[in-house]
Amino acid sequence: MKPPPFEYHAPVTVDDACSLLAELEDAKVLAGGQSLVPLLNFRLARPRHLVDINRITGLDRIYQRDGGVAMQALVRQAAVEDSDMVSRVCPLLSEAVRLVAHRVIRNRGTVCGSLAHADPASELPAVLLALDGHVIARSTRGDRSIPVAELFTSVMETTLAPDELLVEAWFPESKGKHAIVEESRRHGDFALAGAVRYEDRLALFGVAATPVLADPRDPTRGLQPGGDLEASADFRLHLVRVLSERAFAA
Amino acid sequence: MRVNSVDHPAPVDSRRLLSDHLRHDLGLTGTHVGCEHGVCGCCTVLLDGAPVRSCLMLAVQAEGHEVTTVEGLTRDGAALHPVQQAFHECHALQCGFCTPGFVMSVVGLLAQHPNPTAQEIEEGIAGNLCRCTGYASIRRAVTRAAELSPLPSRGEGQGEGRG
Repeated sequence: MKPPPFEYHAPVTVDDACSLLAELEDAKVLAGGQSLVPLLNFRLARPRHLVDINRITGLDRIYQRDGGVAMQALVRQAAVEDSDMVSRVCPLLSEAVRLVAHRVIRNRGTVCGSLAHADPASELPAVLLALDGHVIARSTRGDRSIPVAELFTSVMETTLAPDELLVEAWFPESKGKHAIVEESRRHGDFALAGAVRYEDRLALFGVAATPVLADPRDPTRGLQPGGDLEASADFRLHLVRVLSERAFAA
Repeated sequence: MRVNSVDHPAPVDSRRLLSDHLRHDLGLTGTHVGCEHGVCGCCTVLLDGAPVRSCLMLAVQAEGHEVTTVEGLTRDGAALHPVQQAFHECHALQCGFCTPGFVMSVVGLLAQHPNPTAQEIEEGIAGNLCRCTGYASIRRAVTRAAELSPLPSRGEGQGEGRG
């Protein structure tokens, strides 16, 4: 199908983007568009305004700060995949980004967009959780740092306010023992379940409304994953046990 | 926007998808539309040299960028592009619906990996669906395309914003 009608805005500065988000009622930020445009095409999303941030210059930097890697809102997943610096400082993120859809999608899709979209089955929110990183939200009211523990609230829901733009994500250094493992029906599909390990921390994805931290010795405790055509709830619990074991065997 | 090295005026309607703009407004029907949610890969085109899904972009977003469709890989009457030639030689198509998308994805794959391993080929074409061939001949075609590709052209297809 085709996107429903919307008013299109293409600000060229972050300040302009924030002003638009502050002024407009029912606006969505368009970054890579690899999740938002399908939602528009399906008409599952019908925002009145789209604020396209792709015309903003100087918002595609990957740089080191505070012992980790920061990536700005327009950093494409493909750029992270190709970055030697990221593979040196945050190899877990380098490995994780290769599991995000396909290269053709990663050429457009952004890291910050994946985090703001907050799909419970996606890899990058779980990586941010396993590493205990944070994001920076900007609005006309100023900058706000949101620790990952306070970011994801439910399926595709975050604590970002409607007038806030996620301008940067920060992933701590991850040179310690790490692994990301997932099970999907086909390469590049959404994971039925996945596990991210960093040292003795374990984050799971695809098995709850948000990515969740779990006890490596008892990873399924308290989990009540949903069942669907692709996998039953019991199968997802089985996957959690197997994948957690693999993540810690790595 | 520039499409296949020709400048075109901006699309009038901001909700026009790039795929529809190419097909309906510019008559470039070589770009096929399958699923319209980024899964099938049929609508893959090059944006500034890197393959992207044209059904997941608004046409207005391509303003100021260079778009290459399957029609733009070679000039009219010129020899086939190495990837097209390889698909032809290896019989890597049957009904042909998915073929333009495969060809554009493989152009991007070879730009990234001029001599791809079996796994790189597998991953490189995983985002394109073919319901006829079973992929064996498509894999062979990718290997053949790598052999046919002249080295200098392999530098093309650098994605935007690569770090």
